[in-house]
Amino acid sequence: MRIVLSMIGSRLIQLVVMVLVLSFVTFLLMKITPGDPIRAILKVDDVITTTAEEEKLREEYGFDQPILIQYSRWLLGIVQFDLGESLIANKPVLDMIMGRLPASIALATGGLVVLFLISVPLGVLGAVYEGRWPDYISRWFALVGASIPRFWLGLLLIYFFSLKLNLLPVMGNGTLAHFILPSITLGVAMAPLYIRLLRERLISTLQSSYIEAAKARGLRKERILIFHALRGSLVPLITMFGLSIGSLLGGITVIEILFSWPGMGELIVQGVMQRDYPVIQGYILIVGFLVVITNLIVDLLYLVINPQIKQGKEVV
Amino acid sequence: MEVTVIKKARLLHNPSMVFGMILTIFLAGIIFVGGAFVPYSPFEINMGNRLQGASSVHWFGTDQLGRDVFARMVYGAQLTIGLGVFAIVMALCIGVPIGLLSGYIGGKIDAFFMRMIDGVLAFPDFILAIAIAGMLGPSLTNLIIAIVLVRWIVYARVVRGLVLAEKEKEYVLVSKVSYSSTFKTIRMHLLPQVMPDIIVMAAIDIGKVILLISAFSYIGLGAQPPIPEWGAMLNDGRAYFQVVPSLMIYPGLAIMLTVLCCNLLGDGLKSYFDIRKGRDYL
Repeated sequence: MRIVLSMIGSRLIQLVVMVLVLSFVTFLLMKITPGDPIRAILKVDDVITTTAEEEKLREEYGFDQPILIQYSRWLLGIVQFDLGESLIANKPVLDMIMGRLPASIALATGGLVVLFLISVPLGVLGAVYEGRWPDYISRWFALVGASIPRFWLGLLLIYFFSLKLNLLPVMGNGTLAHFILPSITLGVAMAPLYIRLLRERLISTLQSSYIEAAKARGLRKERILIFHALRGSLVPLITMFGLSIGSLLGGITVIEILFSWPGMGELIVQGVMQRDYPVIQGYILIVGFLVVITNLIVDLLYLVINPQIKQGKEVV
Repeated sequence: MEVTVIKKARLLHNPSMVFGMILTIFLAGIIFVGGAFVPYSPFEINMGNRLQGASSVHWFGTDQLGRDVFARMVYGAQLTIGLGVFAIVMALCIGVPIGLLSGYIGGKIDAFFMRMIDGVLAFPDFILAIAIAGMLGPSLTNLIIAIVLVRWIVYARVVRGLVLAEKEKEYVLVSKVSYSSTFKTIRMHLLPQVMPDIIVMAAIDIGKVILLISAFSYIGLGAQPPIPEWGAMLNDGRAYFQVVPSLMIYPGLAIMLTVLCCNLLGDGLKSYFDIRKGRDYL
């Protein structure tokens, strides 16, 4: 129990440090950059105003205050789960992001399913047939997969499956059919890292003594592979997942834009284009929160998979 | 002497290295030949000549504004590859010295510094780049600034880790006791040790940065029209892909092949320098 608490504690500290550093940097950047959020708002509403009216608006949003005051106000807000209001949509940022979150999570889940379906077979084939043609296929897939821009992969998929073969809808969401192309794009784009890692781990696991022992006991090859070797290679894969949850959230953005998927990515890109600072800051905060929470879950999962860690042993 | 011969032989016996070199020479050839022989400006608009197919005059056809696609591709190649290399070199210039010093000198400054880095590194470069682009405004320059600001941290951390592993070894201690200055010890002994890792990382990262720049340009947060960055070209031509698929094929293929080059060369160099398997650079 103590170890669980200390894990939660250290992740919480990480969260606080991260929020403080990132939010301060974004505030600082906001202050030193040219361009005026008030003008941006007025441009969206297409109204012509006098300088006095602009000043009044600036006061209303608090932009006339010194940066430290603005910053501490914002910090005070987050503690009360208030991320401020969007400058453009005039809605609470938290509601806007939460409204987009389910679509992003759904897409991420679809991508993970595809990722699993691709990387486990290819990783296993690469390891079992090391140096032979299935291995070459798996390695080339990983190499090309790591080199292809994911938005271009999505474009190609749309072109062939939606426009040429007319099998799947181009964009939008709602039905299962809408899920297929974005999920494949995401899964394929993420797969190379996992294929390589699984292959390398399996190759070294297959040479270890407990696999030899299992062979000596006369267990069937498939049984050894699935119950012994694969299980032993699981921990690094989970670590990798914990580390790459952030890049999953980042990489999903491009795919959301490409498929007009109504997730967080679309919201943030709009926010950046319109220089809607509260939305950008809120987004960074929420992503940071998600990253830390996933890492905490991964930490706790270790305890389930490998009880050795409970006794304070370092396990790689 | 003998060692270098063996090393050379190993370099050419490495399939990814050889393939990567061939691909690099092929792409470089296209860029140079294109740069020298194509008479069109990548920016010149010619509305009477829009969306033409490939011909002997316009090798890759023309785009929706009648601009020569090949000229734009070649210009885009110089821009994209140049920016990728530039961003990585800048990040190296900041990250490597800080990593060397932080690892070698150590102490409280090192601890504080690394705690900060761990906090920020939990964030993927894509999100940080969005944050920075969001604050500074979307443009190619700001994107490069964002990439440098994110990447140097990675190098600093990796170099620091390598230095920590090396600095207790005898040759470093010998250098220390023979009254070499800190600077000299780092430059003469530690820097050569971390160099192979830096080169491999840089090669692979140039590819990653090119992917990032093109992705940002595609979603409109990087290069703005009419700059013929490859990702931006894909964004520009979006509405015409169904009519003229080549507008979609060429820029994407160019990005893929260029990044493939970086990955192949990186992999080849990795086994050339005999860097142990499984060390991943994130």
